[in-house]
Amino acid sequence: MELTGLIAYVIFFLSLAGVYALLALGLNVQWGYTGMLNIGIAAFFAVGAYTSAILTSPPTAVPGGFGLPIPVGLISAMLVAGVLALFIGLITLNLRTDYLAIASIGIAEIVRLFLKNEEWLTNGVRGMSGIPKPFSGLVPGADALLFLGVVVALVLLVYWANQRAYGSPWGRVLRAIREKEVAASAMGKYTLLFRLQAFVYGSCIMGLAGAVYAHFVGFISPEAFDPLFATFLVWVMLIAGGSGNNRGAILGAVAIWTVWSLTEFLTTRIATEHFSLSQLAAMRVFMIGLLLQVILLLRPQGILPEVPPKPIRDADK
Amino acid sequence: MSVLRMDSVYGGYGGADILCGVSLEIGPGEIIAVIGPNGAGKSTAMKAVFGLAKVRQGSIHFMDKNITGLAADRVVQQGISYVPQVDNVFPSLSVEENLDMGAFLRKDDFSAQKRKIYELFPPLAERRTQSAGTLSGGQRQMVAMGRALMLDPKLLLLDEPTAGLSPRYMDQIFAIVRDINSLGISIMMVEQNARQALGLAHRGYVLATGANRFSDTGANLLANEEVARMFLGG
Amino acid sequence: MVTEVLQLIIYGVIYGSIVALGAVGVSLTFGVLRFANFAHGDLMTFGAYMVLAAYVGFALPMWLSVIVALAMTASLAVLIDQTLFRRFRRANPMILLISSFGVGLMVRSLVQIIWGGSTQVYDPGIQFPYQFWGLRIRPDHLIILGGTLVLVVVLHLFLQKTRMGKAMRAMADNPDLARISGINTDRVIIWTWIMGASLAAAAGYFLALDSRLQPDMGWFILLPVFAAAILGGIGKPYGAIAGGFIIGITEELSTLILSPAYKPAVAFALMVAILIFRPTGIFKGAR
Ligand SMILES: Nc1ncnc2c1ncn2[C@@H]1O[C@H](COP(=O)(O)OP(=O)(O)OP(=O)(O)O)[C@@H](O)[C@H]1O
Ligand SMILES: [Mg+2]
Repeated sequence: MELTGLIAYVIFFLSLAGVYALLALGLNVQWGYTGMLNIGIAAFFAVGAYTSAILTSPPTAVPGGFGLPIPVGLISAMLVAGVLALFIGLITLNLRTDYLAIASIGIAEIVRLFLKNEEWLTNGVRGMSGIPKPFSGLVPGADALLFLGVVVALVLLVYWANQRAYGSPWGRVLRAIREKEVAASAMGKYTLLFRLQAFVYGSCIMGLAGAVYAHFVGFISPEAFDPLFATFLVWVMLIAGGSGNNRGAILGAVAIWTVWSLTEFLTTRIATEHFSLSQLAAMRVFMIGLLLQVILLLRPQGILPEVPPKPIRDADK
Repeated sequence: MSVLRMDSVYGGYGGADILCGVSLEIGPGEIIAVIGPNGAGKSTAMKAVFGLAKVRQGSIHFMDKNITGLAADRVVQQGISYVPQVDNVFPSLSVEENLDMGAFLRKDDFSAQKRKIYELFPPLAERRTQSAGTLSGGQRQMVAMGRALMLDPKLLLLDEPTAGLSPRYMDQIFAIVRDINSLGISIMMVEQNARQALGLAHRGYVLATGANRFSDTGANLLANEEVARMFLGG
Repeated sequence: MVTEVLQLIIYGVIYGSIVALGAVGVSLTFGVLRFANFAHGDLMTFGAYMVLAAYVGFALPMWLSVIVALAMTASLAVLIDQTLFRRFRRANPMILLISSFGVGLMVRSLVQIIWGGSTQVYDPGIQFPYQFWGLRIRPDHLIILGGTLVLVVVLHLFLQKTRMGKAMRAMADNPDLARISGINTDRVIIWTWIMGASLAAAAGYFLALDSRLQPDMGWFILLPVFAAAILGGIGKPYGAIAGGFIIGITEELSTLILSPAYKPAVAFALMVAILIFRPTGIFKGAR
């Protein structure tokens, strides 16, 4: 009994870590490869989650879905997140990257307001429940394990795609843009195009992560996408793991998700009677915030630093 | 005793060396002209004095004191002022405020110094409250030089003070350089208008690819055929 | 209808004052340090709670509580700068932004650890608004308007008349030239934090007077604050003040046609429009 409980917890834990790994991989393309500051990860995550939830929920659910197959939901989630990214990218990507950071919190705020207020579509603050799970009931008792398999497969797929992209000429241009090796005047429009592609691609992955999350927990509400869980933790993960390194992104996701879970354990151990739940929650956030500062000070390159591929001498042929 | 002495300085901006053995010396009351082709490292040599370019090897002495690698604000305190080639005024500050910023280190009353500078640059006196960004190129150059003179330096570094100016302003700036020098201030001046600069300077240096090529009195350099052919445009 | 619009404009000016004071701080730090400080909203929150601590906790008079809060918030900002931001300045400036995002969360959770997550007020009880020509305004609103006016005048005198204020503008113009002119740039940076954080604390206090204290009050106002700073041309304190009032009035007037829930979206829309058509802000100027 104990053991099955533990296994169930481990599966649950890894599935969520996998969702975060997807988010971190998406952010890695934006920040790690290209140096773009997205502080509105929550927006793309939430939009992906809600898109898939609405499309795949049965029409009988509240507020009523379209009953489409789950893969359609996942792909649509990526598309909608991508369109949102295209919109924000077109406005800000030719400006200093601070503007992108500011605009991205703006879009996150608007998505949050939309989800809260458009009850006809999202059921508002009450959230959406009954989101279908893939393979449910296929092998009795193994739902969770099968789902974890799907998550792992998706993480590996995105990891493979990211790695391919990193070594490709496309990835090399992104890095050059990040390091400001390309004179803006020489590349001009192309720089913008490359940045836009990277931003949209990364956001699609975040949308995918959102969809996976929605199908995993089966219930979503605007609260699940607050900037702490959906944006800040992802940043800490990527920076801890190693910006620019896909393996680092995955490792960071698992490591920080572990730390985050441990902080819960820690805070419940210290004198629960003296503090309210919201105070204990705040202590966890404080610890993670402190951890980020320590990493930035002591090991800004992360656990697994970026390993740039060998330069190809005749790249400009 | 020399005012400034650079001894075979190597260095640059972190990558490959831009300066590959620059040596020069400025005596008390001298005007030194530094000429050379674009990208020769003339500006970098000046920046090295102010710690804005890194000196990897070699030394820089000011009044026999080693100032190699000293931070910019400390160099100013020693008595060297610097007018960079570009972006050398605070555009949103008024002319007067630009001068005040030049005197930031002074705790005493510097209104007399400011009066002296307005006498040296009469056009500025009429435009005290105008913001520097709205001035013409020549007037801006005057603001920049005025700012640099507020601390009453012993040595003034001027990086291409006449670049992009009309001939009328150019002559005016050269005349002012002579006036400043007659106040006893040594001057090191990088110039594209090499003939005029060498004509004015006591001595000159020709830099090419980060190293000394020629050094002599201004008059001799002007007379030197090789210098004339290679660096003075025939 | 006319009174309704006038009433909204009054509310807009009140809310705009708060946004303006926040935006000035963002603009000052951006101008001098070249990074968008994502912890600025949380400095506002900290200021508001410091007033609470002094006023309710130590039973000091309100005016003294506010002064204490300004000093405490300025000290916190200088402390954060000297322990963290100073070390990141040499590195990629974007690291500063990420660090500030984390610092903001830390300040916010610190407030929540100390005071809990529930909303609080300085003085319980209802204030009766003054009525004139069918318009209403609460005594607290007069404090906000008067306080903002005083602070803007003080800021103006500081920037125009004092050595440090001029040096701050000079450094925002051209940090390298400031350094070679002999300006002590480290001191300028410290003063920038003192001014920016004091104004943030005042804005936080006013925000709490206008509504209530809450640990994430500053985070939620960060978007309008940034929008105002961008509207005025980021790095230009005077523009930020104007931007604040424009944002405040537009947000309030938008409730005539939009659900009030979408007020922050209006700030965002204005910001997007400015980014598309005039990234340097509505007032002329460089960069
Ligand atoms: N900040 C910098 N970082 C890296 N390289 C630089 C920097 N500034 C200049 N360089 C390089 O150093 C070399 C010398 O530049 P420098 O400005 O000293 O030349 P210069 O002799 O002053 O030329 P000009 O007559 O055009 O002013 C150039 O190749 C230039 O590209
Ligand atoms: Mg030069």
